[in-house]
Amino acid sequence: MRFLRRFFIRLSNFTAGRRADQRLQEEMAEHLALQTEENLRAGMPPAEARRQAALKLGAAQAIREHHNAEQGLPLAENLLLDIRYAFRMLLRAPGFSLIVIATMALGVGATTAIYSVIDATLLHPLPYPNPSEIVHIEANLPGVGAHDVGFSIPELKDLQNSGIFQYVSFCFHGSENVTGSAQPTHIDGATVSPSYFAVLGVDAALGRTFDPHDASLGSNGEVIISDGLWKRAFGADPHIVGKSLRLDNDLFQIVGVMPASFRDQGQTSRERGTELWASDGFSDRTPPMRGTRLQYDTIARLQPGLSPQAAQGRLDALIASLKKQYPADYPPQAAWSIHLTPLAETLVGNVRQSLLLLFGAVGLVLLISCVNVANLLLARASARGREMAVRQALGAARMRLVRQLLTESLLLFVLGGITGFAVLFCARKFLLQFVPESLPRLNDISISWGVLAFAIVVSVAAGAIFGLAPAWLTSRLDLTTTLRQEGRGSNGSRKRSRLRHVLVIGELALSLVLMVAAGLLLRSFWDLFKVQLGFNPTRVMAIETTLPNPNDPKTDIYHTATQESVFLREALRRIRTLPGVEETAVSDRAALPLGHGQNDLRQRPLIREGQDVQSSQPPLIDTSIVSPEYFHVLGMTLLRGRLFADQDLEATPSIAVINQAAARMYWPGKDGKGEDPVGKRVSVRSRTAKPGWTTIVGVIADARTESLADAGIPQMYFDIYQRPAKFLALYLRGQVDPATISAQVRTQVQAVDPEIPVFHAETLDDVLSSSLSVRRFSMEMVALFAGTALLLAGLGIYGTISFLVHEQSREIAIRLALGAQRSNILRMVLRQGLTLAAVGAGVGLVAAFIVSHLMAGLLYGVSPYDLSTFAGVTAVLTAVAIAASYVPALRAMRLDPITTLHAE
Amino acid sequence: MKEKPDVLQGTLALMVLKTLDVLGPQHGWGIARRIEQISGDLLAVNQGTLYPLLLKLEHEGSVASEWGASENNRRARFYRLTVTGRKQLQTETRDWNQTAAIIARFFEVKAEDLP
Repeated sequence: MRFLRRFFIRLSNFTAGRRADQRLQEEMAEHLALQTEENLRAGMPPAEARRQAALKLGAAQAIREHHNAEQGLPLAENLLLDIRYAFRMLLRAPGFSLIVIATMALGVGATTAIYSVIDATLLHPLPYPNPSEIVHIEANLPGVGAHDVGFSIPELKDLQNSGIFQYVSFCFHGSENVTGSAQPTHIDGATVSPSYFAVLGVDAALGRTFDPHDASLGSNGEVIISDGLWKRAFGADPHIVGKSLRLDNDLFQIVGVMPASFRDQGQTSRERGTELWASDGFSDRTPPMRGTRLQYDTIARLQPGLSPQAAQGRLDALIASLKKQYPADYPPQAAWSIHLTPLAETLVGNVRQSLLLLFGAVGLVLLISCVNVANLLLARASARGREMAVRQALGAARMRLVRQLLTESLLLFVLGGITGFAVLFCARKFLLQFVPESLPRLNDISISWGVLAFAIVVSVAAGAIFGLAPAWLTSRLDLTTTLRQEGRGSNGSRKRSRLRHVLVIGELALSLVLMVAAGLLLRSFWDLFKVQLGFNPTRVMAIETTLPNPNDPKTDIYHTATQESVFLREALRRIRTLPGVEETAVSDRAALPLGHGQNDLRQRPLIREGQDVQSSQPPLIDTSIVSPEYFHVLGMTLLRGRLFADQDLEATPSIAVINQAAARMYWPGKDGKGEDPVGKRVSVRSRTAKPGWTTIVGVIADARTESLADAGIPQMYFDIYQRPAKFLALYLRGQVDPATISAQVRTQVQAVDPEIPVFHAETLDDVLSSSLSVRRFSMEMVALFAGTALLLAGLGIYGTISFLVHEQSREIAIRLALGAQRSNILRMVLRQGLTLAAVGAGVGLVAAFIVSHLMAGLLYGVSPYDLSTFAGVTAVLTAVAIAASYVPALRAMRLDPITTLHAE
Repeated sequence: MKEKPDVLQGTLALMVLKTLDVLGPQHGWGIARRIEQISGDLLAVNQGTLYPLLLKLEHEGSVASEWGASENNRRARFYRLTVTGRKQLQTETRDWNQTAAIIARFFEVKAEDLP
C-alpha cells in the first residue's frame, strides 16, 4: 500500500513536471543557518562555523539529486531523455536512419502481411463458437482402397446414439435452381441434416434454424436462406419467415435468415458462399440398409470437454462392436474404419503447408533485414567510438550507455515496424488481389488490432535482440587508446568486426536457403505447367447448368435418358449455331476437368463380371457421364475399341469407356502384361443406372483431368444418352467471347426450356491456371522473398567489405608506397569477400538441405536435393558476392598512398 | 582514528519517526540534531541525506509537512507524524524489539547451555 501510494505520487509529480527543488533549497539554507548559529554558540569563528555547517550537511548537489530522484521517477525521466536524444541522433544521420527504417519496414511489413493471412486461415479457420469441438467424420475401407465412402442411415444413427457427439449432420453442397420467379436463378445451396446448424452452433438472425430433433425421413420442406440472398432476392423483407420459395418446382417454406456474418463451412469459396440450406432426413420410405452408404460429408460436434483423441478411442470401440454385431455388412477384408479430424484441419489442410512455407520464408527475410540493420549499427558504432569514450571518461556507467544505445536502436526498429505496418495497411486492397481465390477464408483476411500487435511485438523483439549486441560492443572500449587515437575508429573493433563477419555469413547463408527453396518451387511449378495434359484445354469454354431435380420423380420431366436427350440434343444444336462455336459437348460435372468441387466427384463400386461378387466389397472407381462428342472436344485420344456413337441409346445395350489407368489397374491380366478390357462387362451401381451389365467398348489415353500432379487415376465414362445426369457442364470449342457467351447460351437453352438456369462460364485455360493458383502464389512469393534476401545480402557484403577497406586503408597505402602491385591489392580485397561468401554458402547449403527435405511434400517432379538447383543458386550467390566486393576493391586499388598517409 | 559507523540502512527512517513522535512537529535540522544527540555523537549523520528520506516518508504518507516559523522567526518546513506514521512506528518498533531480543538471546547462549 505504502509503496503504491509513493509510486503514484511520484508518477503524478513526473507527469505534471512538479519539482521540489525550490523547497529543498530553502530547507537547506535554513538548515545551514541553524547549524551555523549553533557552531557560533559553541565558540567557533564565523568563517569556521559556516564551513563546519556545510561539511556536516554534506554535498549539496548529491542531496539535490537524491531529492529529485525521490520526487519523480528517474527511470522514466532517463528513458524520456534517451528517446529525445535518440530522435536527435536519428535526425543527425538521416541517410542512415532512412536505410534502417526502410529495411525494417520491408522485413516487418512482409512478415505482418503473411501473418495476417495465417491469422485468418490457420489460426481462426472456423468462425463458430467452440470450433475445437467440431469434427469431420470420414469412413474408410482401406482393405479395398476406398476412402471417404460415407455412411448409411443406420450407421448415422449409431453415431448419433453413441454418446460421443452432441449432434451429427450430413451435408451436401450443391446448387439449386430457384424457379417460379421471373428469371430462374441459380444459387449455391446445401442439403443438410436438421442438426446442421446445431453442429455449427450458429443461430438464425431472423426466424429459427432447423429443429435438430426433426425426424422427417426426407425433406421436411423447410429452408434457411443467407443474409445476402434475403437482401438480393427478397428485398430484405422483414416478414420473410413463413413465406415460400420454389426450388426445382418443389415448394419450400423459409423458416429463417442467417446473420450477415455467417459463412458456411467448406473447402471451396463456392461452398463457403452457400446461400440456401434445405433440411433433409436423407432416408426414404424403404427401410434403410446398413450397406447402402450415402456419400455425403459428415460433420459433428463432440460432447463438451471430449478431445478428438479420446473420441477416436471411443469410436474405435464402437466400430469393433458393430463389426461383431453385423459381420455380413462389415467383412474383415474391407477393414471398415472411421476417422475423426478436427474440421478446421480438413478445411485448411491443403494450404497449411504452403502458408507455413511462406511464413518461414518471410521469417528468413525478416531475419536478414535484422542482421543487415545490426550490421549497420555496428558500422556506426565504430564511428561513434570517440563519443562513447568521452562519455565514459566523464563518468557515464556502462549500463547507462547500453541503455541509451538500445533505446536508439529500438526507436529505429519500432519506427521501421510502424512504417511497414502503415504501408501494408494502405496497400491491403491492392495486395489482396494477388492472393489466390482458392485460399480458404480469403474474405476474412483483415489488418486487425491483433495484426498490429504482432507487428509491434515483432519489431520490439527484433530491436531488443539485434540492438543489444551492437550496443554492448559499442559501449565496451579501451578508453585510453580510443581517446589517444582521436577516435579514428579502427581501434578496439576486433570483436566488432568479427561479429560483423558472422552477421554477413549468416545473411548469405539465409539467403541461400531462401533461393534454394524458391528454385525448387520454381522447378516444380514449371514441371507441372509443362506437363503433358492428355487433353487440350485451348479455346474450350465450360458453362454449367442444372436440370430440375424434384423430390417426386413423377413431376420430373427429365426423368429418363430418353426424356433428357431430347432437351440436350436440341440445346446443343442451338448452341452450335452461335457465332464462333465450332463444336459442343455435354457431361455431368464430374467430367469437368480440374475445376469441379469435391461433391461432384463420386466414386462408385465397380463389379467386374466373373471377378467381383455383389456382396463382397468391390473396388471403387471415379465415374462420369459424358456425351459422345466430349472426347473430341477435349482432344482425348482413343487407344483401343470405339467411343460412344449416336446409335447408342437408352434402349441399346449399356456401354462404357475407361482410361488406360483403369485398364492397367482392373484388368492386369494373368501374366501382368495386361489384358484387353474391351468387351469385358462390369456393373456399376448408381442412382440412374439400369440394373444389368455394362460393356466396355473403348480405352482412352490417360489425361490429367482429375489432378495435374497425377496422370494415373482410373476413370470410367458412361454415355449421357444412356444414363441421365442432372448437374451438367456444357462445352464449347471455338472462338467465342467469354463476356457475352453466357448470355447467348442462356438464351438458347431457355428457348428450349425457360425454367433452366445457365451460369458459371469459364474457359478451361482459366480453370487450369486457377488450379495452379496456390502453387503459383507461393512460388511467386518465395521467389520475391528470395530476391529481397539476395539484395539485402549483397548490400550486407558490400557494406562489410567497404568497411574493411576503410579500416585497412592505412595498411593498403603503406603496401602501395612500398611498391605493391595494384592488382594484388584488388585480389586481396576480393579474396576477403570471397571467403565470406564461401563460408556463408557452406553454412547455407547445409541449412538448405534440411529445409528442402522438410518441403519435399510441396515439390513435384524435382528431387528436394536437386543438384542443378543447388549448384545454380550457389553460383548466383557467389557472383553477387563478387560483384558486391568489387566496388570497394576497386576503391582500394585506386587509393592514393600519399593523401591517405597524410590524412592519418 | 576509527570512523563513526554510518546509520544502518532503514533504521534512519525509524529514528526519524520516533523523534517526531517524542518531540512533536520538527524541522529538518531539529530532527538531525536530535538523532545525533541521542546517539551520543556515536553516529555520523550526513545531515543532508535526511531530506530525501523525509520526502520519501511524506510520499508514503507517514509524515506530513508545512511551512512554519522557526525559533528565530525564519521560514522553516515543519514535519509531523500522521496517523499512518504512528501506526507504522508502532509496528516497526515491535518488529525491531523482536529482532533485537532474538539476537540478544543468541549472544547469551554459551556452549555449556546447549543440551
